[in-house]
Amino acid sequence: MKQVLEGSHAVAEAVRLARTQVISAYPITPQTHIVERLSEYCADSTLAARFLRVESEHSALAALIGAATCGVRTFTATSSQGLALMHELLHWASAARLPIVMANVNRAMAPGWNIWADQTDSLAQRDTGWIQLYCEHSQEVLDTTIQAFRLAEWLNLPVMVNLDAFFLSHTYEPVDLPKQNVVDRFLPPYQPRFQLDTEYPCAFNQLAPPNIYMEMRHNIQTAMDEGLAFFDQVEDEFEDIFGRRYGSLEAVHCKDAEVILITSGTVTSTSRQVLTKLRKKGEKVGLLKIKLFRPFPLKAIRELTASAKKVAVVDRNFSFGASGIFAQEIRAALCNHPGHPLVYGYVAGLGGRDVTTAVVEEIYRLTKGNDMPQQESIWVGLHEVDHAIGQS
Amino acid sequence: MVEIRFQGRGGQGTVVATILLAKAFFRDGYYVQSFPLFGVERRGAPVEAYLRLDRKEILIRTNVYTPDHVVVLDKTLLESIDVTVGLKTGGWIMINGPEIPGFLKSWSGYKLALVDATHIALNNGLGTRTHPIVNTPMMGALARVLGMPSMEAISKAIRREVPSKPKANVKAAEMAYEQVQLLGPVEETKISNP
Repeated sequence: MKQVLEGSHAVAEAVRLARTQVISAYPITPQTHIVERLSEYCADSTLAARFLRVESEHSALAALIGAATCGVRTFTATSSQGLALMHELLHWASAARLPIVMANVNRAMAPGWNIWADQTDSLAQRDTGWIQLYCEHSQEVLDTTIQAFRLAEWLNLPVMVNLDAFFLSHTYEPVDLPKQNVVDRFLPPYQPRFQLDTEYPCAFNQLAPPNIYMEMRHNIQTAMDEGLAFFDQVEDEFEDIFGRRYGSLEAVHCKDAEVILITSGTVTSTSRQVLTKLRKKGEKVGLLKIKLFRPFPLKAIRELTASAKKVAVVDRNFSFGASGIFAQEIRAALCNHPGHPLVYGYVAGLGGRDVTTAVVEEIYRLTKGNDMPQQESIWVGLHEVDHAIGQS
Repeated sequence: MVEIRFQGRGGQGTVVATILLAKAFFRDGYYVQSFPLFGVERRGAPVEAYLRLDRKEILIRTNVYTPDHVVVLDKTLLESIDVTVGLKTGGWIMINGPEIPGFLKSWSGYKLALVDATHIALNNGLGTRTHPIVNTPMMGALARVLGMPSMEAISKAIRREVPSKPKANVKAAEMAYEQVQLLGPVEETKISNP
């Protein structure tokens, strides 16, 4: 039944419906509402899970690594500095092949202190071996979190579900909240392939010398490759039961588009509105939403953008000394593909600055009006400043 | 689409008012979206929250810049904030206060509604004299001003979601619905205290 839910609570409801067994977290804005709700559910036995309070995010993930190694379904949530503090153990979770699910509320990194939407926190963790998914609205957040457990447990890889701070985490909107017995059909109890068991003692995560380390890493990549196809299979099964699917990518009006906007997260919704308006005016514009970032659906991106002249990538994130991170990935995906579209990179909405319809329209106008990209990344809506540090 | 901006102070229940109204409008068949203007809220500091409603799915996910109506939960904000910023011509300004404020000259083109939500809240034991909780009476008054949502949907939302004193909160919303003064276009309003 549909009800009005906060984005954070959509995550919490999904974790409850997944019958998660161990939750460990350290509170950080703007993620707090997720674990607040889950701790209430654990306290009043709505959810039969062990809730571990810990002294830091590093410990939160360490606790889940222990729990997941014992073969139970695990969840944590964090944001920004909290995710950065987990960095070492992010690598550990994936290389130990543990199906931990995490919600990360995308928030800017400090300093200056900023609690608002920015994807640099999670994108800076792109090489840690976690599956990464980016959501657009609260229904997608709920559905994706449920799917994340299927993905994680089949592939034996941890999954990070990302949602924009405030624009999603603190926004109330109608969400179809499925019934427990329906979710149970989609998500059976976790059956670990390996676990710590006193009946069958064994050791994990021992020394891996040069003769086996590469193969272990290659195995992770094999699982990621399998993940691309398995994601579609999970969505097929989900659609059969719930009647909804999102796609690892979603292409809107891309077939006849000359310019394709490439977006992720909540900017996608606002861009849909702009797309409708521009299409009505006869503009040949399309929209490609990226939901699955790791594994990155390279081949599908090449195919879906093949007929366009230009793509305009909107990045609410930045890699200093280079460019927006999605733009880098798109360039890498296209570069060996003859006749590929030109890639225009735009940085917008850092630190929670609003990406309005006017900003998206400006990005389209700049892309359409320039025969070649003028620079790797154009920072949209930048205010004039008197002088920068390092300049006299 | 209708966009409404709520302006209050931390602790008055401004954000909760938008959430409860979202639930009430949803019950009455609208697509809804509500969210706070994301600041680091503190008790007493100015707070802004938004409500969007439409008969079709709401796609836009940005702050509200050109609201159709404005609800002011604390009249002392009028001294420091221009509550008409971006407000569409013909929109309602609904103020919590006992009398017409002295800002009418700059409010030409808007409609004014007045409700003494503080008085109603205190009469129903909601909050204290220094910290009255005025959100539920403001919800009832807004339902009268806009002609929506139904008071039935409002009282259901309050009864389901307000953990403390749900009956008193419903009563306060109903009293405000009755007592709110729809003064209409500012030009036609007699300026009693310019």
